[in-house]
Amino acid sequence: MAALLEIDGLTVDFATEDGVVHAVRGVSLNVNAGQMLGVVGESGSGKSVTMLTVMGLTRGPGTTIGGTAKFDGRDLLTMPGDELRRIRGNEIAMIFQDPLSSLHPFYKVGAQLIEAIQAHRNVRKGEARERSIELLRMVGIPDPAGRVDSYPHEFSGGMRQRAMIAMALANDPKVLIADEPTTALDVTVQAQILDLIARLQRELNMAVVLITHDLGVVAEHTHHIAVMYAGEAIEEAPTDVMFDSPSHPYTWGLLQSIPRLDRSRDEPLIPIPGLPPSLISPPGGCGFHPRCPYVRERHRRVHPELEPVPDHPEHRVACLLDEPTRRRLWEELKRGEVPEAARQKVGLKDSA
Amino acid sequence: MVRYIIRRLLWVVVLLVVVSFITFIIFYLLPTADPAQLRAGRQPNPQLVEQIRENLGLNDPWYQQYGHYMERLVFHGDFGYSYQNNADVKTQLFDKAPASISVALGAAVIWLITGIAVGIISALRSRSVLDRTTMGLSLVAISAPVYWLGLVALYLFAADIGKFPVTFFKGAGSYVPFSQDPATWFQSLLLPWIVLAAGFAALYARLLRANLIEVMSEDYIRTARAKGLSERRVVLKHGLRSAITPIVTALGLDLGVLLGGTILVETVFNIPGVGRYSYDAITNADIPVIQGTVLLGAFFIVMANLVVDIVYAFLDPRVRYS
Repeated sequence: MAALLEIDGLTVDFATEDGVVHAVRGVSLNVNAGQMLGVVGESGSGKSVTMLTVMGLTRGPGTTIGGTAKFDGRDLLTMPGDELRRIRGNEIAMIFQDPLSSLHPFYKVGAQLIEAIQAHRNVRKGEARERSIELLRMVGIPDPAGRVDSYPHEFSGGMRQRAMIAMALANDPKVLIADEPTTALDVTVQAQILDLIARLQRELNMAVVLITHDLGVVAEHTHHIAVMYAGEAIEEAPTDVMFDSPSHPYTWGLLQSIPRLDRSRDEPLIPIPGLPPSLISPPGGCGFHPRCPYVRERHRRVHPELEPVPDHPEHRVACLLDEPTRRRLWEELKRGEVPEAARQKVGLKDSA
Repeated sequence: MVRYIIRRLLWVVVLLVVVSFITFIIFYLLPTADPAQLRAGRQPNPQLVEQIRENLGLNDPWYQQYGHYMERLVFHGDFGYSYQNNADVKTQLFDKAPASISVALGAAVIWLITGIAVGIISALRSRSVLDRTTMGLSLVAISAPVYWLGLVALYLFAADIGKFPVTFFKGAGSYVPFSQDPATWFQSLLLPWIVLAAGFAALYARLLRANLIEVMSEDYIRTARAKGLSERRVVLKHGLRSAITPIVTALGLDLGVLLGGTILVETVFNIPGVGRYSYDAITNADIPVIQGTVLLGAFFIVMANLVVDIVYAFLDPRVRYS
């Protein structure tokens, strides 16, 4: 399938007072039309910056951007600001983490929707208002004709995020980027918002990029998952493959640190030791090596590329361990072994 | 909202009574000069001074004097008569208020326009040479006292005494009421306006710059950009709308203070306004006039506060009064 949005070798550097932050270090991702892609990683892994950069929202004096991001054959990264502006909010739309602070507190929800419509369509205000009400209805806001004149602070958290989604959908985008859309919401509301995004994705046949730090959030609705670490995509696979046979030690760590209903309650969650690396001076070799339980001496020097797993062209991983070792390690981990025991059983020497 | 306004207006009355009482205490119980002595002229004979003192009621106990003053004020709207020339204080205040209001409003227009323009440009070009230059100059403008700036301005540019006279600026003491000759009114006030506005413009520019820089990093600004709005619209409609709110508050309070008379500017430029009037009254210990100008000033300040609070509720929909 042809990718709608093709990100290739994206790098983003921010100049700060403490030094240059290498926030994104060569990310390549494909967003397919009509599919939902989950981008997973912890805070600072570069997942938000990647998507904000595609939207042109990180451009500025201190920012250096490299690589390409092709949308319909056009490179968004080198496109002039005015041209990109016509795509932004029109063909590619974005929603954000905190729906309260993401809506302007002084303008009515309807006014903000009308503005989004009129930014790209030459329609009269009355017409845009009708469309706004229709959009609010579409995202499940009760009494949309009355609510269109409410201020954001008169909405609940979930309703605000629905309003944000309505605003993003105002111009029938081909791609919707959702940056941690449920992080600021109650758990019950989270599920509603995710279901809503998934339903709209199917009904409108959009491509959706769902950015999250929570693997549980992406499990249900996404078609593909990309895992990011320290500014790089380190594993990419169809969702079922990712949960069934993950191949990167970091992905294993993420999966083992989620509570699961199908595991016994006294089985402890296994956290990933250590902290994410500084992106001012990222580690050499494999970015994950300082925290990896299976690290070899060579991994500190050689940088792994994202390469297809043998026999699984859609499954790509950036890990220097060989494929049979990885498979055996995951078998042990799946059986409930802790990383240390799995390493010994597989016969890897401790190189720490 | 209406209940809130009524409650606030009642407080205005209470506040004005308190202000009048404090002013009275300061000038009656801690006298700096004997009004009767000043009124009697040079080398007065003691009988005359005593006579004047008796006529003005200065021999009565202080509470009687205050009670008498308040009685006339509350029941007859009578601010009393000047000790110095027997002129009716109320009439004088009404005569002189337009000059003070002219000074305050004209200066406000100038400092708003320059302050907002400089503030926006500095915020958007933050850390640029232009920003650093204007912010440096603004510090100078804030630090320069109005009377010094006024004298320097007269010394340099006044049509009559200036080193580099600009004939368009009339010199000090050239004020005429607007109703008499609008062109001369404008020319005579332009220099005082600029002098008074300089400090405020600098203050407002810095305030707006800081607000706007903060607002431009808000999430809703990112949303506005993500919608594909032009940067101009993002700044002017989304950014400025939030950043300007504290400016409106400051404007209300500053105007409230200035409407009651700008003593320094009116004195330096010899403008016959309430400020100049109160300055003369203080030098002459002319208590009824002092009391009148203080009450007028206090009235403007408390009303400005009320107006600011009401306007705020319209500017920020999250604010509700009950």
